[in-house]
Amino acid sequence: MIVGNRKPLEEILEMVKPYKKILLLGCNECITVCAAGGEREVGVLASELKLSRAKNGGEIEIKEHTLERQCDFEYIDQIKPFVDDYEAIVSMACGAGIQYTAERFPGKVVLPAINTTFLGVTLEQGVWSERCQGCGECILHLTGGICPVARCAKSLFNGPCGGSSNGKCEVNPDTPCAWQLIVDRLKELGQLENYEKIIEVKNWSTSRDGGPRTRVREDLRIPKDS
Amino acid sequence: MRLSYPTNVKVVKVPCTGRVDVLMVLKALESGVDGVYLAGCEIGDCHFLKGNLRAVKRIAYAKELLKEVGIEPERVEMYHIATSDGPRFAQVAKEMTEKIRALGPNPVKDKNKAFKA
Repeated sequence: MIVGNRKPLEEILEMVKPYKKILLLGCNECITVCAAGGEREVGVLASELKLSRAKNGGEIEIKEHTLERQCDFEYIDQIKPFVDDYEAIVSMACGAGIQYTAERFPGKVVLPAINTTFLGVTLEQGVWSERCQGCGECILHLTGGICPVARCAKSLFNGPCGGSSNGKCEVNPDTPCAWQLIVDRLKELGQLENYEKIIEVKNWSTSRDGGPRTRVREDLRIPKDS
Repeated sequence: MRLSYPTNVKVVKVPCTGRVDVLMVLKALESGVDGVYLAGCEIGDCHFLKGNLRAVKRIAYAKELLKEVGIEPERVEMYHIATSDGPRFAQVAKEMTEKIRALGPNPVKDKNKAFKA
């Protein structure tokens, strides 16, 4: 899932300073699962904003609304009937959702309440960890199912580096060395021969380096004139 | 025992303090109450095993949120009181009332007329 963090209240307060009527828009997908911008967090932020405004003698009207998703226009368009009643939208979706909401309502101010951080997994309730960087060319079959792009601080393809010590990364003693994990796992799988293979220089054009990416499946597209 | 405790304490019954969510605490403060405390069971005595331990964490989180907002985190507190310990219940009610009285009224009180649902 996409994992994010709620921005500090101070930052959000600064953004909403000029507005008295805001639409606080949550998202029911990943950002709900990582407990940053779902219905519950929308409630908490709305309450914090109201308390803060009231404490400082100001007024604020907040409509709390959580969409099934903010990355599909069919859902975003559900706010059409009432969006104009509000001066600004504060979106608690990931960066994709925030942008798509802004895109659907060009005349509306859309403000981010979330810092989107990574693609990851839930390690335990309340703990999330990064696993993928969406580089566009997966090599997990060579690395025992552990990604050196996302989990090695240097994204090394033929590691480990000299900074690996007792299975930990020099960047942070709490971070496991991805290449230590890879070697251990390959050993367990009896696939150490994969470790011997030199992984060639990666073509990063499939990743962010190639610019923003678009995926098209022509068979699914609906012709414009139908 | 015929114990008395301050009349300003309004008791809201929940099946377990584990039922209490951070939002409930915030909403109470939003509505203008001066403070909120949870009277949970003693540690290790939860009928639902971990309800009171969850409440401890949630109250700690609520305090963090209040700090962000600029409201005294001391307005929210967690207490552990055995079900049978009436005197302690009365004592905590008094203690919390005194503490909140020293802090003064909820800073959002009377300013919250602007609140709309």
